Amino acid sequence: MANINLTIDGIPVSVPQGTTVLEAAEKVNIKIPRLCYHPDLPPVSACRLCVVDIKGDRLLRTACSWKCQDGMEVSTRTPHVRDARKMALELLLSRHPMLCTECVRNGSCELQEIANQFGIREISFKYNERKGDKDYSSAAVVRDPSKCILCRRCVQTCELVQSVSAIGMEGRGYDVWVDTPFNEGLNDIACVACGQCIDRCPVGALYENSHINQVWVALDDPKKHVIVQTAPAVRVAIGEEFGMPPGGLVTNQMVAALRRIGFDKVFDTDFTADLTIMEEGHELLGRIKEGGTLPLLTSCSPGWVNFIEHFYPSLLPHVSSCKSPQQMFGALAKTYYAEKEGINPEDIYVVSIMPCTAKKQEAGRSEMSSSGYQDVDAVLTTREAAVMMKQVGIELPQLDDDEYDEPLGISTGAGVIFGATGGVMEAALRTVYEVVTEKKLENVDIKVVRGIQGIREAEIDLNGTKVKAAVAHGLANARELMDKIVKGEADYHFIEIMACPGGCLGGGGQPIPTSEEIRKKRAEAIYKADKGLSMRKSHENPAVLQLYKEFLGEPNSHKAHELLHTHYKGKEIYKHKVA
Amino acid sequence: MQDLKKVDDIAKKYAEMNTPLIYILKDVQKEFGYLSQPILTQVAQVTDIPLSEIYGVATFYSLFTTKPKGKHIVRCCNNAPCFVNGSKEVLEKIKEYLGIDTGETTEDALFTLEFTSCLGLCAVAPVMMVDDEVYGNLTPEKAVAILKDYKMKGSSNA
Repeated sequence: MANINLTIDGIPVSVPQGTTVLEAAEKVNIKIPRLCYHPDLPPVSACRLCVVDIKGDRLLRTACSWKCQDGMEVSTRTPHVRDARKMALELLLSRHPMLCTECVRNGSCELQEIANQFGIREISFKYNERKGDKDYSSAAVVRDPSKCILCRRCVQTCELVQSVSAIGMEGRGYDVWVDTPFNEGLNDIACVACGQCIDRCPVGALYENSHINQVWVALDDPKKHVIVQTAPAVRVAIGEEFGMPPGGLVTNQMVAALRRIGFDKVFDTDFTADLTIMEEGHELLGRIKEGGTLPLLTSCSPGWVNFIEHFYPSLLPHVSSCKSPQQMFGALAKTYYAEKEGINPEDIYVVSIMPCTAKKQEAGRSEMSSSGYQDVDAVLTTREAAVMMKQVGIELPQLDDDEYDEPLGISTGAGVIFGATGGVMEAALRTVYEVVTEKKLENVDIKVVRGIQGIREAEIDLNGTKVKAAVAHGLANARELMDKIVKGEADYHFIEIMACPGGCLGGGGQPIPTSEEIRKKRAEAIYKADKGLSMRKSHENPAVLQLYKEFLGEPNSHKAHELLHTHYKGKEIYKHKVA
Repeated sequence: MQDLKKVDDIAKKYAEMNTPLIYILKDVQKEFGYLSQPILTQVAQVTDIPLSEIYGVATFYSLFTTKPKGKHIVRCCNNAPCFVNGSKEVLEKIKEYLGIDTGETTEDALFTLEFTSCLGLCAVAPVMMVDDEVYGNLTPEKAVAILKDYKMKGSSNA
């Protein structure tokens, strides 16, 4: 179809049919202000900041939703436009508490940024507080309705990206608000703790339940042996918190920064990602051989585990019994590592740095303590880890490289790619192929499972046995696959599900903002990290092999089951409450 | 305890409709008096519509209520023509007599006091509605007398 030609502020621009004015303006480097628009979501035109003047049109139009037409003459800076935008912004600000210095989003707040761009120095309207108590009930996500600007991004994310619909727009008109049904705490409803709402929130109305203080307390306690594990997706994103462009790979500088903070050992969750592949790969082979429940569903993503427990409890037998790499790490730190180093497990404090908010809730699950101690003591998001670095004056990009400690810091490329959607699948296939065929996998890059499509399928030939695999990311896509299984229309052997779009690299604990563009760049960095490693298959990880030899025996052994596997509980979507 | 099975029967009535929610909520409110959490949860389960969406609809329309209301709903007009004819004084007196603010229900569960927008009866302003009855040309004393009547009837029924 022919392109559409229009002018924006007199600058000619040619765009495909269906392009919005906001997108077209972007092409000629005119950034139209916006607060409710997000590239991951359909436009709702709620904030009214993106209004533009279109020649011949009586009304101002919202650029986020208005489609370009041939011959259109758009102006983004007439007095009418400037006045309308300023009025809309001041009205939003008049209901915002302006507690910038004590806000978690100080410096990354879109409202603050736009107010600065507009040169707002005073607000013409009296402050009218938005009512609502903070909700601290969830171990993962905190909600502060007083800061909400009603952009609806969180509501749309929860409904459209995740198909969870934990929160909604309630009430009407001036008094409309974002809430859970009947103002229940997030912990009392089927919120999956994924934190995607946090990543979409333009202000500080949603944020993680912080563990920073408790980590400092542990670090300052001379009796505690404080060790840290870093998830694969953190290394490709934490640089963004220090102003680096998305896609910067800063693994070794991150290790150096964590050592400077004062962790006794800096380890890698990639190690237990490799271990997960050993356990889960053998679980898959066992189920195929013995006619067990198939397809096998991955269990690394705690948001996804929450989702299936609430929404598809009948499918729980499909879920791998493997704990997530975070939890496997914690369990081994307080047994294997404690024994090896001669440290009382009681004195070991395990901190994880995760791209995830649901990991905070996962760490607190009562079943995650098979060693007799809670596997993981504190979970920091990528954002919180960056805050801790900044608190002690660390400029991450300036640091020299440092290496992970042994033995729990040794990993392969297979562990790294856990951070991207399709990565667990690819890592598993690399190992399962070699275990089954006893042949060397020549081309390690199994590109068919990579990519950003919501649901992807692949078939791999293992010495005559065809393994049919599927990958989904974002829970709305997961729901589609689950409905297929329920209807008996899915003949897959193995399905990888990640709760967040893009996989962990797009997780709810990652630097804000997020977008498909940013997620793609982080994914490129993940695959670059994988390519740069000499070992790229989990079963080649010498530290993992040593762990089996010295401690676990073999994959899926009794001891492995005791420490590294778990069970799931079906839950209600709604609690029945009697009035 | 309320019989939530009735919710299922009501939902069944509208099973063939594409967008049945408002009809279901209207009938359910008629049946139970208000839209409580267990009732709306039941609606969510039988319709497979997320509770957050149902709660959004229930709180959007002013004729739906998620809280129990009194036997009689007193609606005082708060628009300009009534205001200039003394609706403020009428309302103050009603509040004083019932001992509640707008949006509240009396302890004996007899009255709920609410605002309403213009009822189109500005010729006899100020006006109020009690349930489906309209009362015009109010004075503070007249309004209280009317409510006293309702109270008498209410207690004689009891």
